[in-house]
Amino acid sequence: MAPVQLSDEEIKARRRKRSIAIGLALGALVVIFYVLTIVKMGPAVFDRPL
Amino acid sequence: MAYIDDSHDMISTHAREARVEDYLALLKPRVMSLVVFTALVGMIVAPVAVHPFVGVVAICCIAIGAGASGALNMWYEADIDAIMSRTANRPIPGGRMVRDDALVFGVILAAFSVGLLGLATNWVAAGLLAFTIFFYAVVYTIWLKRATPQNIVIGGAAGAFPPMVGWAAMTGQVSLDAVALFLIIFLWTPPHFWALALYKKSDYAAAGIPMMPNVAGERSTQNQIMVYSVLLTLVAFTPVLTGLVGWFYAVPATILGVGFSALALRLRMAEGAEMRRRARTLFVYSLYYLFILFLALLADVGIIRWFGAV
Repeated sequence: MAPVQLSDEEIKARRRKRSIAIGLALGALVVIFYVLTIVKMGPAVFDRPL
Repeated sequence: MAYIDDSHDMISTHAREARVEDYLALLKPRVMSLVVFTALVGMIVAPVAVHPFVGVVAICCIAIGAGASGALNMWYEADIDAIMSRTANRPIPGGRMVRDDALVFGVILAAFSVGLLGLATNWVAAGLLAFTIFFYAVVYTIWLKRATPQNIVIGGAAGAFPPMVGWAAMTGQVSLDAVALFLIIFLWTPPHFWALALYKKSDYAAAGIPMMPNVAGERSTQNQIMVYSVLLTLVAFTPVLTGLVGWFYAVPATILGVGFSALALRLRMAEGAEMRRRARTLFVYSLYYLFILFLALLADVGIIRWFGAV
């Protein structure tokens, strides 16, 4: 397939969309790790030598 | 071994700046949906319940792991994907993404899905998921697919692992019941794909993939489909023998299995265009077969759980 040259605006738009997707994925990971910690350990999270 | 040449026009601004949609297409969403379904059944029929959130995370990890396998598969297969009509418009052969990006994407997703599954559930399940990805991407895609007509027989194991991974995520081990679920999908795969290969024979020939009809001939493939269909029908009863399910599963399994074998026999008795038509029928039937069989598993376990043994 012949390569299509993209305009600068189109490139920027794609990068922006990729950044948003990566941001959402990272955000989801943060939430998952937070909730998993609570679910799996519960109050025992605090039960450790400080 | 044919690699696609990265040095030619594929490296354009266009392909370097792939869209989010192209990355999602790398995950093979339709294959992923079947993986999610069978893994979910494996999780639900397992006798141990985990916290719902852990269950959701586990199923997401298995889905992402399957997606990673798909991305690695497309990274490696860009050259033959470009030849086959069904796959010519995938992101890499379509010129919308460079190969290396698919490789990086696949490796990162694989690592994250395995790591997160291990942390959320247990390392038996995570290890099985890692092995599944390795088996599909390396053993099947890189090694077997272009080398032997037994490619999908052995490669079928990759598609058969998800319910076992789901089971292991719940129980932390692999029991006979999980092996039974594995065996069903494992024996289902050859007749399913060989039916497809019978009516897409020229596509596979053009791409140089040694599918059974191209190597051993149509008659031999029909015979082997017949054998696997009967074996599948019998093996479909192992979840009854292990005590996982009862009549509510056994009855549909019998009907579905007889139907499968009958269609395989009908396929065996035809030639030419009629044979290709019947191959297509069997291919479509096989999809419904697996879906309904696993629904029956769910229904049976549900009934036993809520109403006691029947």
